[in-house]
Amino acid sequence: MENPKDLKYTKDHEWVRVEGTKAVIGVTDTAQSLMGDVVFVELPEPGSEYGAGDAAANIESVKAVSEVFMPVGGKIIEVNMELEDSPDLINKDAFGEGWILVVEMSDPGDLDNLLSVEEYGKLIAEGE
Amino acid sequence: MDRKLIFEISRPGRRGATLPAADVPVCEVEKLIPPEYLREEAPNLPEVSEIDAVRHFTGLSALNHGVDTGFYPLGSCTMKYNPKVNEDMARLPGFASIHPYQPAELTQGALELMWLTEQYLAEIAGMAGVTLQPAAGAHGELTGLLIIRAYHKSRGENRTRVIVPDSAHGTNPATAAVGGFEIVQVKSDERGGVDLESLRSAMDENVAALMLTNPNTLGLFDENIVEIADIVHKKGGLLYYDGANANAIMGIARPGDMGFDVVHFNLHKTFSTPHGGGGPGSGPVGVKDFLTRFLPKPVIGQKNGMYFLDHDRPDSIGKMHSFYGNFGVVVKAYTYIRALGGEGLRAVSEHAVLNANYLMARLRETFNLAFDRVCKHEFVLNSKNQKSFGIHTLDIAKRLLDYGYHPPTIYFPLIVEEAMMIEPTETESKEVLDGFVETMLKIAEEIEKDAERVKTAPHNTVVGRLDETLAARQPVLKFKPSE
Repeated sequence: MENPKDLKYTKDHEWVRVEGTKAVIGVTDTAQSLMGDVVFVELPEPGSEYGAGDAAANIESVKAVSEVFMPVGGKIIEVNMELEDSPDLINKDAFGEGWILVVEMSDPGDLDNLLSVEEYGKLIAEGE
Repeated sequence: MDRKLIFEISRPGRRGATLPAADVPVCEVEKLIPPEYLREEAPNLPEVSEIDAVRHFTGLSALNHGVDTGFYPLGSCTMKYNPKVNEDMARLPGFASIHPYQPAELTQGALELMWLTEQYLAEIAGMAGVTLQPAAGAHGELTGLLIIRAYHKSRGENRTRVIVPDSAHGTNPATAAVGGFEIVQVKSDERGGVDLESLRSAMDENVAALMLTNPNTLGLFDENIVEIADIVHKKGGLLYYDGANANAIMGIARPGDMGFDVVHFNLHKTFSTPHGGGGPGSGPVGVKDFLTRFLPKPVIGQKNGMYFLDHDRPDSIGKMHSFYGNFGVVVKAYTYIRALGGEGLRAVSEHAVLNANYLMARLRETFNLAFDRVCKHEFVLNSKNQKSFGIHTLDIAKRLLDYGYHPPTIYFPLIVEEAMMIEPTETESKEVLDGFVETMLKIAEEIEKDAERVKTAPHNTVVGRLDETLAARQPVLKFKPSE
């Protein structure tokens, strides 16, 4: 699957969609394919605050438990409750319905440290 | 093959046992137990004849794979053969029929055996004192961390963090969390060892301990261990040795000499006591001299030529197990140590390492080797070379079942994608190892010619590939008879 051009990425395979001062965060299609079938997602409490690089959520697949690191810091304002009953949304639609959380960014400067779609594409190709 | 549950072969009124007439006065149960505690309907117990029960369970046992039936190269689990003489010794009436409340004067033999086992394990580990209480490896880890916490507390320090490498056994961070510590992860370097820079920046006065396995989960000996110990000790932290991989070092290198302060052994791995479904396990913990006063109590003492259980230990972290640990397991480990002796234990490790390197050398042309170094008792391959055929490590593991092998550990350690962690142990002959290699090479060939056959494996087992995802997402935990 192609990585959408309008998103920012991390080397740990998270994606970020900026909407004003908010950022929607999920994991990439590459991440879900590496993890295999997702069976459980542990979501953070809305209202809690995380710094960039902090582990905010856990994704449990049949192979292992993986942490979701915050690409940007800030306060969690929404989490994807659909994932509680349908964790497979991450496998089916990682860039869409499989979104994980929305954060109110505390420092938009964090965005400067993220990868563009080209940089992320290159990173995956190197990992192959 | 028809494998029904015992509930499904049940027929009303069928019996496999006849109870003798009661030799005490019969009393109605309603008169003995208050009505609110009496169940309202009969339990749904299976009703079968004796031959039904015997065939059912004998049939199930024949489906089992154990080290007594075949090769079991499950990495980091040390599935070595357990000599049957160990079982004979554990069943001697003097060991099997004693009671933990019997006075010490009547259990001198058992106490002496425990005392000697402690001495042997201390010698093998390079430690001053040992407790036999912990019931298994992770329980030993918890015991060790509680000792470390008690030590820091005795110095008026409240250290809150534990460092764990990213290649660690999952039990290490889990133990640290249960012990109330915050976990800090450090990276591995390109040779598979602890990244020293990463360790230096994580190490400060808040760190209680570093938990390390050496050789680590890649089967690689960390060559920087002395420097690692120095970095941790300089900031007042202690080093914990996860002994899961001790089968690689017996009689050759001692954790105590490497700079470790606390160590656990898995008797059910390294010292040939049954393991997994055949348990129970045992995870003795050894400590350096300055930590012995914190060991769980009671400890075994000696006074006037007699052994006794010493409860007078004011600094002890307390009890970690009812009574004195899994004593029967300790008898088996003692037997193993005495049967082999010091030279024999060293030969065990030498052969375990030789066997692993032999397998690695024969498989590395076909399967990708994650870290290209001489390994210790185990090594990690991955399925990178097979990826273009749409094959994952899971498929190779499932195909091995068709050929009568227990698969290696897969998808661990986490730092190697699609990992296959292979540990042959010392008890396998060259013929067995060659047979495994031929099978792995055959599977690699199948992947190139008929990947579908491998992707849909296993084909020769009683059930085919199970839907692990469905089982995890919607587990059915209770048997419901179909109407």
